[in-house]
Amino acid sequence: MTEREQKRRQTPGRTEEVVEELPAPTKQGEKLKADLDELLDEIDEVLEDNAEEFVRSYIQKGGQ
Amino acid sequence: MAIRKVCGIETEYGILLRGAGEPNPITASSLLINAYVSRLQRKVGWDFEDETPGRDARGFAREGAMAPEVETHLVNAVLTNGARYYVDHAHPEYSTPECADALELVRYDKAGERTLARSVEAAVELLPVGQDIAVYKNNSDRKGNSYGCHENYLLDRAVPFFRIAQQVMPHFVTRQVFCGAGKVGSEASGSGGAEVPYQLSQRADFFEEEIGLETTLKRPIVNTRDEPHADAQKYRRLHVIVGDANLCEVATYLKLGTTAIVLAMIEDDWFGDRDLSLHAPVAALRRVSYDLSLREPLPMADGTTMTAIEIQWELLDLARKYANEHGLECIGEQVGAEVLRRWEHVLTALEDDPTSLAGQLDWVAKHQLIDAYRERHGLRWSDHKLAALDLQYHDVRPGRSLFARLDTERLVTEESVVAAVTEPPKSTRAYFRGRCLQRWASSVAAANWDSLVFDLGVDPLRRVPMMEPLRGTAAHVDTLLDRCATPSELLEALGSS
Repeated sequence: MTEREQKRRQTPGRTEEVVEELPAPTKQGEKLKADLDELLDEIDEVLEDNAEEFVRSYIQKGGQ
Repeated sequence: MAIRKVCGIETEYGILLRGAGEPNPITASSLLINAYVSRLQRKVGWDFEDETPGRDARGFAREGAMAPEVETHLVNAVLTNGARYYVDHAHPEYSTPECADALELVRYDKAGERTLARSVEAAVELLPVGQDIAVYKNNSDRKGNSYGCHENYLLDRAVPFFRIAQQVMPHFVTRQVFCGAGKVGSEASGSGGAEVPYQLSQRADFFEEEIGLETTLKRPIVNTRDEPHADAQKYRRLHVIVGDANLCEVATYLKLGTTAIVLAMIEDDWFGDRDLSLHAPVAALRRVSYDLSLREPLPMADGTTMTAIEIQWELLDLARKYANEHGLECIGEQVGAEVLRRWEHVLTALEDDPTSLAGQLDWVAKHQLIDAYRERHGLRWSDHKLAALDLQYHDVRPGRSLFARLDTERLVTEESVVAAVTEPPKSTRAYFRGRCLQRWASSVAAANWDSLVFDLGVDPLRRVPMMEPLRGTAAHVDTLLDRCATPSELLEALGSS
């Protein structure tokens, strides 16, 4: 809480001190990345055949 | 003391009928809903007697303002889970039953997606060979046409509307940092897709006013529709039109939970002299949406500047103190505590590393997917393929949905979602509505949010008013319903009680 209070009270323009290196990607992050690669491998099979035609034909009436 | 934040979501889905020549979205929507409903035993019509969407919470109708029209001739059904499923403005619309807290509403919002997916399945069976139908839970066709996902919250009528509008505005402008559904490009006039490759929100491009009655033109950030669907002396229903339709459960949960807490704080006049008013809310709504760095300083009414996340930290700080002082019974104690915890988590992560929220927030999940695809194929942001990916993220068909392929966090089990497709929530009057429809649909002539009309075969029709959203819960009526074998017995018991 205290840490956060200080953090968000920082005003733009003030110099910042780098206190630690950026954290290494977490295991969860690495897994997400691997899942994403896998998804990208197969995504073209799922994607609408003709992207341009699909995007052009997607016309809706305005709603609320 | 703030009253229970009974809440619901209405979602207008995008619909695409292909292979049918000139597509007619109204016919397509009717076909979709009829296909679903005809699979069910009997459809009960909606009763329009008490619909007054043109009434303004400020007590007047603005000159030149167009009151929305109620379209009575189109398909309109009430489902056994207490939801309403109908055609509205050329879109299939699903209104969840009233829920008592954000977690329950996440379940019913998901149940809506499943209902639409089942409708597509049912409709495809009826279509001639060569035609196909698809439904999208998004808010824009990328060509300047938008359709809504509206939240509704029960409020105490005694709270001055002006205070609600003023104090909720900063939240509505900045909450998109966690509940935006993300969009490739921009549809606002004067900003090309090249300037805005990707933005946080589906809807920010379409808002032109701060406060007003409109929902389809010159959309206002705070909508003044005053149609409580409950005892109008005691309640108002805040009709929130500024949000995106979310697929990530955490995003829906936070959208509802944080807004419910902010509204409870307004009811209890908790802001005091803490004024977070923005200098230009409409402009700020877009600037926040266009700023993926989340660091854009926004001019405040008092001459200072704050970023969207700083405003959110202020609101969370107020909410924590409010919870300590008042408790969060009006949100549900457990849900309230969980919302506060997650609210802090997302704000911290948005500051440190937004990509860590790809499993929780739509705009992050979609951005990560599309950006990775773009990099792999060396595409420009204006490439049609990226726009196609954007649309397909929202496809409700399980085999086509890109969202469904991502590993996002679930807050409710799929089993409970499937149950919610047909079973009403136990915690509000939707329970009475849903149970009566399950047992006696053939005797229910019409249903509405605040009444049920029975036709017992003898004159006159009997109307059961349901003006209290928290009456008619399982705790109230289960014994009564179990005791009654017929609707006549029910009405007799109600009449004598």
